[in-house]
Parts: sequence; C-alpha cells; structure tokens
Amino acid sequence: MVIFDQLNYINLTDDYIKHKYEPILPKKAEWPVVKLSKSRKEFIQQVVGSSVGNIKGLTGNQLQTLKEELEITLFKERMRIKQNSWAVDPDDEKEFWAEVKAALLAMDADQQIEDEKKKQQYFEVLTRITKRYAEEIASNFKHSHYKMTRRIVSFGFSRLLNTSRVKGFKSIFSNQYRLQDKIQIIGETDQIRELASKGTIVMVPTHFSNLDSILIGWTISTLGLPPFIYGAGLNLFNIQIFAYFMNALGAYKVDRRKKNQVYLETLKTYSREAIQFGCHSLFFPGGTRSRSGNIEPKVKLGLLSTAIEAQRANYQKVDTEFGKVFIVPVTINYHFVLEAPSLIKEHLNFTGQERYYNESDEFSTSYKISKFLVKFFTKGSDISISIGKAMDILGNYVDSEGNSRDAHGRSIDCKDYFMVDGKVNVDLQREEEYSKKLGKRIVEEFHKINRVFSSHLVAFTAFRLLKKENSKLDLFSLLRLPEEDLFLPYDTFKEACGLVLARIHQLREEGAVHMAPHLNAGLEEIIQHGLQNVGMYHAKRPLKRNEAGNIVTEDISLLYYYHNRLDGYELEKII
Amino acid sequence: MDMNWKKSSENKPIGVIGIGSFGTAISNLLAEKNKVLVYARDEAVVEAINETHMVKNRKLASSIRATTDPELICDSCNVMFPMIPSSAFREVMVRFAPYLHPYHFLIHGTKGLSLNLPEGKDLGNIKKIRRKNICTMSEVIMEETVVERIGCLAGPNLAKELLENQPGATVIASRYNEVIREGQQLLRSDNFQVYGNSDIIGVELSGVLKNIIAIASGALSGLGLGDNAKGLLISRGMVELVYLGKAMGGSTKSFLGLAGVGDLVTTCNSTLSRNYTLGFRLAKGEKLTDIVADMEEVAEGVNTVKLIKLFLESTDLRAPITENLYKVLFEDLKVEAALQYLMKFPIYTDIDFFD
Repeated sequence: MVIFDQLNYINLTDDYIKHKYEPILPKKAEWPVVKLSKSRKEFIQQVVGSSVGNIKGLTGNQLQTLKEELEITLFKERMRIKQNSWAVDPDDEKEFWAEVKAALLAMDADQQIEDEKKKQQYFEVLTRITKRYAEEIASNFKHSHYKMTRRIVSFGFSRLLNTSRVKGFKSIFSNQYRLQDKIQIIGETDQIRELASKGTIVMVPTHFSNLDSILIGWTISTLGLPPFIYGAGLNLFNIQIFAYFMNALGAYKVDRRKKNQVYLETLKTYSREAIQFGCHSLFFPGGTRSRSGNIEPKVKLGLLSTAIEAQRANYQKVDTEFGKVFIVPVTINYHFVLEAPSLIKEHLNFTGQERYYNESDEFSTSYKISKFLVKFFTKGSDISISIGKAMDILGNYVDSEGNSRDAHGRSIDCKDYFMVDGKVNVDLQREEEYSKKLGKRIVEEFHKINRVFSSHLVAFTAFRLLKKENSKLDLFSLLRLPEEDLFLPYDTFKEACGLVLARIHQLREEGAVHMAPHLNAGLEEIIQHGLQNVGMYHAKRPLKRNEAGNIVTEDISLLYYYHNRLDGYELEKII
Repeated sequence: MDMNWKKSSENKPIGVIGIGSFGTAISNLLAEKNKVLVYARDEAVVEAINETHMVKNRKLASSIRATTDPELICDSCNVMFPMIPSSAFREVMVRFAPYLHPYHFLIHGTKGLSLNLPEGKDLGNIKKIRRKNICTMSEVIMEETVVERIGCLAGPNLAKELLENQPGATVIASRYNEVIREGQQLLRSDNFQVYGNSDIIGVELSGVLKNIIAIASGALSGLGLGDNAKGLLISRGMVELVYLGKAMGGSTKSFLGLAGVGDLVTTCNSTLSRNYTLGFRLAKGEKLTDIVADMEEVAEGVNTVKLIKLFLESTDLRAPITENLYKVLFEDLKVEAALQYLMKFPIYTDIDFFD
C-alpha cells in the first residue's frame, strides 16, 4: 500500500511533550467499562447466547458434529486438569467435568429419545459449559479498586523510579507529570483522546516484557482515557495481590491452556460483544512476549478478527453513531528487558522445531514478582511508549474526526467493506481475509513507530560484525562460541556503528522508523550511551568495553536478543 | 442512454471496462444472462456500440450499452471487469479511483505487468528493480484504489473462439470466495465452465509469464521446426514459469492448472494468439518495431520480457528462455542463434521443484 505521507500523516516528533491530560470522561458513570461491569450478569448471558449460537452455526446444527465437539472439549479439559493445573483453577473443576462426562454418556446410551430432543440436551450441556467459561473470563471491574490501584501504581512507580520526593498521597497527576521524565509517552496522543469519545478503540501494543501490561495501563490512565478491558493470562491471577490489580484495571482472563473450540469461541464472543458495547479494548496481537527480541513479524488473528466482527455487527445495526472501531498500534521501547535471558533461551530451544509453547506458570510466587519489580524500577531506565496513528479495521489511516482516508486523502466509508448488493452481510471467509490484511498493517505500523535507541544500535552492530567474522558458521554454531574468544576492535566497531546510524537517519527521513532524540548526538556519545544502557541489569552484560578497549560480550545469546530489535529494516545489508 | 439503472438496487448491470477483443468476448458472454454496461474512452466507439452494436468489425449483443463516463459506470455497477492493456491499466485505475468504493468487485482479465518506480526515478537512473517495482494488475488496483475484493480471469481463453461460442473454461482467482462465486454465477453456462482458485498472484503470473513462452513458440514455428521442438519448449518453459512465478510470490499448483499449463498449451499452439504471431513473424525476419506497429492490439509478452529481464538482474535466478528472448527482441540476436544457445544450456535435471 503506497502511503501518501504529507496530507494525512502527522509526523510523530522525536521529542516527547509533557502534558497534563484532562480525563476525557470525568464522570465515571460514563466509562464504558463501568457500564459493562454494572450489567455483568446480563452481559454474560448475552455472551453465552451469542457464543452458543455461533457454535450452532459452526457445527451446521448437526447432532453428530455437536456431540463430537462436546466430546473433544471434555477430553481436552480432562487432559488439562491432569497435566497442567494451576492454583487459580476452581476447586470444583474435576466435579464439573465428571458431571459433563456422565451426562454425555447417558445421552449417548439413550436409544429411546428422538434426535431433536437429543440435540436440545446437547445444547443444554454446551450452554452450561459456555456459561462456566464466560463466568471465568468476564472481568470484575470495580471503580473503587481502580482508583486505589491507580494511586498505588503511580506511587509505586514514582518512588521506584527515583524521580521525585513523593509528598504522600498527593494529587495523582503531579506524580504522573514527573513520571513522564522517565516514561515518555509520544506520538498520536491527541488523536487517541479525540477518538475515544467518537468510537471504540482497540489498542494493540508490541509485547516484550510482563511489565508491558502495567506500563500500558498507566499510559491509558495518564492520557485521561477511561480504563480499557484486556485479556490477561489466567496464570497472572494465581497470586492474590496481582489478581486484585488485574481485576481493578479491567482485565478479563484468558486461559491459554484451553485450546478447545468451545472455549475459544466463548472468548472471542466476549471480546467482540465488549467492543460492540463500546468498551475500549487492549490486547497484544503477538499473543505472547517476543521470545527472540524481534518486533512481531506476524500477529495472531483470533482476537483481531473479533474487532472486525464487532465493526461489521455495528454496521448491521441501524443506529450506529459511535459504532466505529479504531485500531491503534503502540510500541514500547526499552534499553533493557528483564526477562531477556530466559526468553532468548526458550526461543533458541524451540526454533526449528514444532511450534509449541508449554504455557508454564512463570510468575507463580509473589517473591519472584516483587523481585522482578524492585530490580527493574529501583535502577530505572529510559522507557518510551509510542502511540501510533489510528486506523480503521482494514488498516486505512483515520483523520482526527475518525474518518477513514485512502492514500490520496479521499474519504472511505468503512461500511462498504461489508456490503454486497447494497446490504451489509456476514461473510466469515471475507472477514478472515480482512483479518490477515489488518495483521499485516499492524506489523508495518509497529516497524514504523518503533523508536530506535542507542542500545539497539550498538547491539545490532556488534552482533552483525561478530556474525560476519564467523561467516562460515550458522547461527546456532555462532551462539555456541565461547564469549572469551570473541572481541571487536573499537575502531572497526565505531565505524560500523556510524554506517548503521546513517542508514537509520535515512530511514527516519523516509518515515520508515523513529529515533530517540539521543540518536542525534555525536557518534562517540551515542556509543557510550548505548554501551552503558544495553541490557544494563543483567548478570552478564550483552556488550561492554574491556580494559584493552575492545568491545566484548559476556553473553552472546543476550546480545543476539537485543540485536533482533532492529530486524526488519534490511539493515543487514549495511554490514 | 438508459439512466434508470442507477436507481434500481436490484439487477444492476455488470460493467466491462475496455472493449478490445477479450473485452468484447466477455461482454457477450455476460450479456447472455445479464445487463451489461461497457466503458470506452473513445466517444466514437461508444456511439458505435449504442447505435450499431458493432465494435471494430466484431458484433456485440444488442442489449449491451456503452458510456465514456467513469462515474456513471461505477455508480451503476457493483461488479466490473477491467479488460485493458497493462500499459494503460494504471492510468485507467487512477481515473476511476474517485468513483470506486470498497463495495465494488473488480475482476480483471489483463495478462501483463506494470512498472512502478519511485518518484523521480526512471529506467535510466534506477539501480535495481525489486519485486515491488513490478506489479500484477491486482496489485495496481490495490495501490491506486480502495477496492479490496479483486479477482482475475485467466486460462485458455482465445477471444475469437469465445466469440464463436466454442466450449471452454476459465479460472477466476481471488482471495475472496464471494468474488469467485459471483464470477461463476455471471459467466458459467452449458458451454463455459468457471473454476476457482484462491492464489490470485499465482494465477496472474501464470497468465503473464506464459506469453514469454508463446513468443518463443511462435518463433520455433517460424523457423519451420516441428512438434518435438514445441514439446521441448513447452515443458522447459513450464519449468522456467514455475521458478519465476514462485520467486515472484505465486504458488506452484497455480501454474499446473488452467491458468498455467492450460493457457500455455493453447497460446503456444495457436495462430490466433498475438504473442505466438509476433514470435512467428520475428523468426521470418521481420523487425520488432514493424510487427508492433502493424498489430491492432498489444502483445503483452514483449513488455513482460522486458520487465522480467530487469527483475532477473536483481536476483540469482537464471531464466534462459526469457534471457535469450530478450536479446532477440531488443539486442538484435538472431532467433537461430538464440535457439542454438538454449540447446547448449547446461541444465539436465528434468523436474526438481517438487519435494
């Protein structure tokens, strides 16, 4: 898609603007998420009804297919309970599924009953299961908890980030105002505030660290937006205190262990109905944290497709004043990702094999979590959050009024994408294709709004030079080389950094990427800054200068991880 | 002119953009079951269609209407078939773009490529041609308009035989099943079967690349060679087609269907094919410029050879038939010399693109 830059694309500046953002919906009663939680029971009922209806459609309303679907669900669930149970699982799980098993057996054995009646019974079982899932998924937002959480998080943030002498529980905004020294929010902040009262926002950020959820939540609050609902991994609810925070911030629970159709359908229906309701939503389209350190090269389409379905459903209704769905990509830019060592190891173990992530419960203890937070925040590191330009569900940019525009600035009526013969109709295959297109657009935008840091530059250059020096080795052999044997003379390194930097400046001119302001400094300064910051708190430093003045690494896999952040811009051709 | 079509939402006419030989054939096929509205740039042509139902000695069904107004045809029709030479395709799409909406279906029948260079660059000063600089027609539509639901018609569809109502078939390729279904509904008859394929790029490339082999096939005939040589050319041409096509984003199976092998065999054996004829006349000693000036309609193969040769320069691929044909067309290599060179080319593996 050729993007005509000048007319519609407001250039994201590299210098963040500290703002005090007034809340766009000051009365909490107007917050969609509050309205949703007030009508939680009815909403769940709606989700169940809608989901059961969808499954009816998917099974062609055939008795045999429905029966099989239920049996597969039962089987998968019993396997899950046996092999992978978590603390957060309810106590009555085994019992519930034993009941389902008994019911299915009884129905199977019953020769007397006629098909229609039998189908109804199967639907009853389906409804019971769906209801159970919906109850588990549905968020438990309470405004009082949200206010408390916001205070605690802001307090915690500013204290830990060493940014100011916190004067007790003073006004939240003064804390946030100073926090913005360390956590910079840049990009289309005005646009997202505008659009949040014109339609429903679906925010899709990159995902590198478990910290992302908290940062995004804080960003949304700082921007004066009402809380977003989002799918948090169920394992995060294993810890009581975390569960409190997650619920308070608007999370709904996603259990990635459950891969059966009924659960997935219920989950998608929940997401879709919430977006239709007007609840701003958030999810990580990558599905999980990037194990390799790359910006997501492709995204999962499951939840993304619910945004498209919700948009179509809104167009099917007659009155759709606030029915437009806006997709907003966001990147979070770090010098340092705490979980990098374990993430890259996982990635290297799995590459080349069947894609299967055993959903382990990494943060099972409060100790681990608090260790994680303290370590990260007490030292502090520059973080920036880039809000991208909003798009419609096909990836066209929208203007400040929320109108979709094509590459030449002409207005597009999104409804047309769902129309045939003058009417909106449902075509799931068409929507599947639209999801793919949206997914590609999101990846494109991630790369465009990504902010390059000095640490990325040095890591990329160093790793590429090492790779070139050992060009006969494949990646895995290279990563097995002992770190003591690897070094780069400083002058070679500096020269190569200069070349890559020049290309990054060029890409910035073309609008293909963004840069942190510090990349405008002198080369020597940038290199020093990068060496200081890249993976700064890991036990083994990915990059540093030794006494002899050469560039060395203490952990080449970690270096590889940080280098991957600049993958996707064809910078490999430079060195 | 019947302006009532704009108002009725049911039974909207089907649009055909461009009225060359293929456009005429498709219009007649469509007119069997539908109302058809044709767009042509030339007022005289439009008048001739409306008054006399003739265009350049070809007869059109009397129910077919024509207009020069892009806005009218876009408002009147939901489904349109662009049938324009690749050299004019982008220009026409740009002209239509303000009146096109996402609800439109566009099913094109052009077997050519379009060069898309960045601003300020031309063939003289550009360093490398990449895949993104060479566009299939569906890519042009996506770049210049907001239409998403795009399809392409391909396969062994010699216009003259279609106009004679001979039995045949075509394939409609689209990422969207609804576009394929619509095309099938519009075109299928007892005499004409319509197949579907989701790999639109592959099908487009099949239609585009086979023209290269067709020129070569015509040249072989012009040299007086027999069926052995033709068989050799077609099968080696097929291999070259698959490699090139895959490198450009198509999937292998598309080249083995109607749009690939089907169209290849037809075009390589038919004097009705413009590309075949061009090759034939070249082998007989005529100059390219003379032949092109003489031909009423464009032989897409010439432009295709040029663009593919440019593309090859930026890859590691070898495409001996294409490369030699380029030299024949643009560098005065004699056809006989090219043939000799090809016979000596050191590749001996028959098929190696299947696992």
